[in-house]
Parts: sequence; structure tokens; C-alpha cells
Amino acid sequence: MVAAAGLHDSAVRHIMGTDRMGRLHTMIPDTTAGTIRLEDAGAIMGGQTVWRHVTGSFRPGSMTAIAGANGTGKSTLLRAILGEVPLAHGTVTRGGLGPRDFGYLPQARIIDRGFPISVTDMVLGGAWQQTGLFGRADRTVRLRAANALHRVNLDGQAQRMIAALSAGQFQRLLFARLLMTDARVIVLDEPFTALDAPTTQDLLELVCEWHTQGRTIIAVLHDIHQIRTCFPDVVLLHDGQATWGRTPDILTPVILQRAYGGTRDRWADMPS
Amino acid sequence: MSILSVLWDPFASFGFMRRALVASMTLGMGAGPVGVMLQLRRMSLIGDAMSHAILPGAAVGFLLAGGLSLTAMGLGGIVAGLGVALLAGLVSRRTQLAEDASFASFYLTSLALGVLIVSARGSNIDLLHVLFGTILGIDASALCLMGGITTLSIALLSIIWRPLVMECVDPGFMRMTGGRGGIYHMVFLFLVVINLVAGFEALGTLMSVGMMMVPAATARLWTRRLLPMMVLSAATGMAAGLIGLLVSYHYGLAAGPSIILTCSVLYILSLVVSPAGLRAGRHVHETS
Ligand SMILES: Nc1ncnc2c1ncn2[C@@H]1O[C@H](COP(=O)(O)OP(=O)(O)OP(=O)(O)O)[C@@H](O)[C@H]1O
Ligand SMILES: [Mg+2]
Repeated sequence: MVAAAGLHDSAVRHIMGTDRMGRLHTMIPDTTAGTIRLEDAGAIMGGQTVWRHVTGSFRPGSMTAIAGANGTGKSTLLRAILGEVPLAHGTVTRGGLGPRDFGYLPQARIIDRGFPISVTDMVLGGAWQQTGLFGRADRTVRLRAANALHRVNLDGQAQRMIAALSAGQFQRLLFARLLMTDARVIVLDEPFTALDAPTTQDLLELVCEWHTQGRTIIAVLHDIHQIRTCFPDVVLLHDGQATWGRTPDILTPVILQRAYGGTRDRWADMPS
Repeated sequence: MSILSVLWDPFASFGFMRRALVASMTLGMGAGPVGVMLQLRRMSLIGDAMSHAILPGAAVGFLLAGGLSLTAMGLGGIVAGLGVALLAGLVSRRTQLAEDASFASFYLTSLALGVLIVSARGSNIDLLHVLFGTILGIDASALCLMGGITTLSIALLSIIWRPLVMECVDPGFMRMTGGRGGIYHMVFLFLVVINLVAGFEALGTLMSVGMMMVPAATARLWTRRLLPMMVLSAATGMAAGLIGLLVSYHYGLAAGPSIILTCSVLYILSLVVSPAGLRAGRHVHETS
């Protein structure tokens, strides 16, 4: 059977300070470097508890899906991990990872797609941590940008303006930019929504590639089948709680029915 | 009268026309690119509100200096403009009002306050000068100030170019990856204020924002790339300065309004003939 939270977690607990936003400001021992850990964490949005008593870890190189019905607080969980949302109680520690170690693809995009900027410049923006904000992008970085665009099948689009891209092409562009950040932890909020099957497949492969490179992946997904086939770990949010563990243990018909409703048969019939 | 003398004589014969020409060119060069950025950030209304916010500051400078002193009024204007920018930023962060809505409330307050202060101590002529500028009365020190501001503005803009663009397109990405986009936003607002202050001696508080917004709107009709857009915006402002001054000279019209109206005519022409203008059919061109 599955424990409610922190099933497979044996990471050492650390006492550390976080500032008002929950951002980490103490270093921790090497043993857990790169581990993101939630310790009895709870979030309140707009006066309502979203989830509470969440405990668990994202180890370096792990690949975790976050699932749950609409409004269960998946995006809130990601933002808490990134330090964007203050915790109501508990702590989040980031194993010495700083903001620059995170690559983030938000769900509700506030990107101004009418802004006159070319695809190449947008991708180069992803490398600002390496080039500096003011420095010129040198040959190596430009080459990397070209490779990133090639990787997401946008070769021919490099000189176009972002306003001219389709929604799917634009999502590919955001992945290319994420490639440029070279982040150790990649946080994706419903990255495949509104994409067709081939594009989804392409980008999912890219995510898996990041995983094999040893990066930590945390992704909100709605497609249970996708989670089963690609994500070893899962956090399932429902009724203000998190069920956290190995995917086959968590995504059982019983638990899925509890989380999403519907009949147990519906979840039992799912291809797995 | 030959074409050449029509174009040449006013500037060859009169020092004030030459200074007015240099002034309007300088203003166009500095304000044009800033205006493009302002529009792309959907902050047109904010530019408008800031130009009004400068008025009470300049009026206080006017009081303290006991007359039309460029330095005192310019400093007062910069302080007031930045103050309003900060205040409105705070208000919009604390309340649910959008930034431009909060700016709009400051706008009329500032205008009323400014007019009140100037008319309490100065003459009606002073008030007219403050409101509508005296481009034909520009002196060397005013030209130096404008030149300095334009230089600073272009230099700063090119330094903060990349982070500013990134902040505009996707503020979330900057923030999440550890960049402090807010700083560049503030530097940019500072650029808006100093350009408005530069324009205010020549065109007055009410019209200086015209040199910023109208050429920018024109340039946006002609190109979709950022750098050419800014260059074109500056060039349009400069051309309007030249044409406006010539028109005002030959037809005996007020210079400041002639310049701004020339900007408007160029805009309307562009609207008719440019690829992104009315010819583009019912395709709505998104401006803020
Ligand atoms: N800014 C906010 N102010 C008030 N309440 C909020 C805010 N953001 C989120 N919430 C609430 O917090 C809860 C969780 O929201 P969240 O966006 O994390 O859900 P989600 O699981 O990502 O949903 P979806 O699947 O629709 O993306 C919801 O009940 C939502 O109404
Ligand atoms: Mg969400």
C-alpha cells in the first residue's frame, strides 16, 4: 500500500533558514546537494488552503510528474518549489540550488508575443546567464542557439519574428530557450497542452534526453498514459494532500478514482 | 524664391531658427526610440501621465528659482516624474488597479496642481510657456541640456537593451532565472522622464509627449523589427522637426504645434500607405 507522502524518501532533514519568500539562503552538506525537499509544506492561496502536510524530495536526476484534477494546486506546488509562492507552513529546501539552476516553463504564459523580436534573439535570451546581460553573444553561444533550434525542428524559422509562429512552433521555441539555459532542474507546467501528437512526442523525447543527462525534471501533466510510460515518480494532488511515490504504486485505479472521480473501471481500463 | 532658399533661408538668416532646428532634432532623436519601447510595453498612457506629472515639479522649480529657470524646473520635473512613476508602481502593486489606471488618476491631479502653482506666482505668459514651451526661445544652455539628455538616453538604452527586451517579452523568465528585471524597468522609466523634461522647455509639458508617441506609432507601421523601428521613429521625429519649423516660418504658425502636427500628418500618411496600415484591410493592428 502507499503511504500518503514521502514514500521513498530517506534524505537527511536539515535545519535551515529561508527568507520571506521561502528562498533558501544557507548552504547544505554535499550529501543532499541538488535535492529539493518539501518538509510538511502547506500553501494558502486567496485565503484557502490549497494543500498541506506535503513532505517529499526531488532528488538530483529524478523525473517526477505532478498530477491531479484542475485546481488541486499543481501550479502552486511548482511555484512553491521555485520560491515564487510563500509557504503557509513547513519548509522547502533546495540543496544549494540557486535561482539560476532552475529552468521554468510556466502554464499561464505572460509572454508578449506581439513584441518585435526574432526567434534567434528569443533563444539567445535563454543563455543570458552565460553571456551576461550586456555581453555580445559569441560564436559558441550562437552555435548553441542554432543547435537548440535544430533540436526542436525550428531550423527554417530562425529569422522570423515570434509573432509569426504558430502555437506549437512557439512552444518548441520555448523548449529551445530552455535548452540554452542549461539548467540543472527543469520545471514544466503542462508543457504539452494544445500541441499535436508529433510535437508532443518530439518534445517529450527532449525531456527524456534531459533526464538521461542527469537533470532533475519536474513536470505537471494531465496525460496519465504519458506519466506511466515516461515518469518514474509522481506526486498526485487531491483533496489538499499529496500522494507521492513510484508511479506504478500511485497511479492505481483505486487512487486515480479517488483523485479524479469517475468509475474505477474507467481507470482500470486505461492502457498502462 | 527657389526651393533651396525656402529650405535654407530661415535657418541661414535667424539664429533662433537654427537653435530651434537643433533642439527639435535632438528631441526627436532621444524621444523616438524611448517612445517605441513605451508603446511596445503598452505604456502609452503612462508616458502621457508622466508628462503631466512633470508639471507640478517644474512649477515648484519655477517658484524656487523665482522665474523661468531651466535647471530648477528641469530638476523639479525629473523628481516629480520619478516620484509619480514610483508611486503609481506602488499603488498598482498594492491594489488591483492596473498600472495605467493608477497613472491616469495622478495625471489630472498633477496637471491641476501644476497650473495652480504657476498661476499663483507667475504671469499668464509664464503659464503658457510652461504648458506649451518656447521652442523659438531656446538658448545655448537649454540646447546643452537637451543634447546631454539625448546622449545619455541613447547610451543607456543601448546598454540595457538586451535585459530590457527580455523583460518586455517575458518578465517571468527573467525573474525565474534569477535576473532582476525590475531594475531595467526603473531605468527605462527614468529615460522616459528625462526625455520628457528635455522636451518640456521646447514643446511644453502638454506636447513633449507628442514627440515621443506619434513618431513611434508611425515607425511601428513600417517595420516589424525593433532596431529599425527605433531608428525610423527617431528619423521621423527629426524630419517632423525640420518640416514643422519650415511650415511655421513660412505660414506664420506657432512652431511647437506645427512640429507635433507634422508628426501627426506623417502618421496619418503612413496609416494610409504603409503595409501595416489601413491597406492591410480589416486586419487589426495591435497598438496599445
Ligand atoms: N493568485 C491566486 N489567488 C487566489 N487563489 C489562487 C491564486 N492562484 C491559485 N489560486 C487557487 O489555488 C488553487 C490551486 O491553483 P493552481 O493554479 O495551483 O491549480 P492547478 O492544479 O495548477 O490547476 P490547473 O490544472 O487548472 O492548472 C485553486 O483553487 C485556485 O483557485
Ligand atoms: Mg496549473
